[in-house]
Amino acid sequence: MSVEKEVKLTIPMLPDMELAATRLSEALAEHIQMDEEKKAEVSLAVIEACINAFEHSNSIDRNIYITFTVSPHSLKVELKDKGSGFEPSTIPMPDISKKITGKDKKRGWGLHLMKTLMDDVSVESSNEGTIIKMEKHI
Amino acid sequence: MSSDVKEINNTLILHSASYVNKEASEKTADIIYDAIGKGKKLFLINMEKTTVINSVGVSIFIEIIEKLQENDGRIGFYNLAPIVSKTFKIMGITDYATIYTSETQALEGILSEY
Repeated sequence: MSVEKEVKLTIPMLPDMELAATRLSEALAEHIQMDEEKKAEVSLAVIEACINAFEHSNSIDRNIYITFTVSPHSLKVELKDKGSGFEPSTIPMPDISKKITGKDKKRGWGLHLMKTLMDDVSVESSNEGTIIKMEKHI
Repeated sequence: MSSDVKEINNTLILHSASYVNKEASEKTADIIYDAIGKGKKLFLINMEKTTVINSVGVSIFIEIIEKLQENDGRIGFYNLAPIVSKTFKIMGITDYATIYTSETQALEGILSEY
């Protein structure tokens, strides 16, 4: 019998709905006794993934489909939208020195934050939507 | 941002919201830009109520720092939760604004650095 437990959540792309996702991620992280620092890092990564989808996905149905999978060793989060997709390799590494002098737009930190805060992050994107998979080990 | 704004030693002290997102940061920016227009140059943000800040909120703080640089001003932050501190480090805010541990240290520090 699998020790993994799966929880699914669909959130509409409405203001602050990302916080509904973090409430669930925090409860699941608590369940596997993840420490406070890692729990907060997962929450922020989930927020960033959600707001990226809210703002850039051009989703048809304006929903994000989230699957959380907990095991004794980790918390996995998969976020799926039905948007127009993007090419992950075209996302530049953000550099505050360029942003603060107006050479770059101020935004564009989401993917970098997700990759820094989580242990594993992958992005699959096509013109049918984007799937972001993230994992944090306890 | 709450309306709880105070001024000590010519430094304006603001309090951040529990969740600092685009809207919360824009309210902070509005207060600071208005104060810059009135000649204020030193700002501190007490982040004791903030449990999380998203990258859009921090991006607006970057705009504030840029505006302060243009106006010979300075901003500092204090009472940061570990995740807020980490977010600032990842995004490089700490290269352009000082993080303090307390209001006393922040008030002394921002005046001495100015």
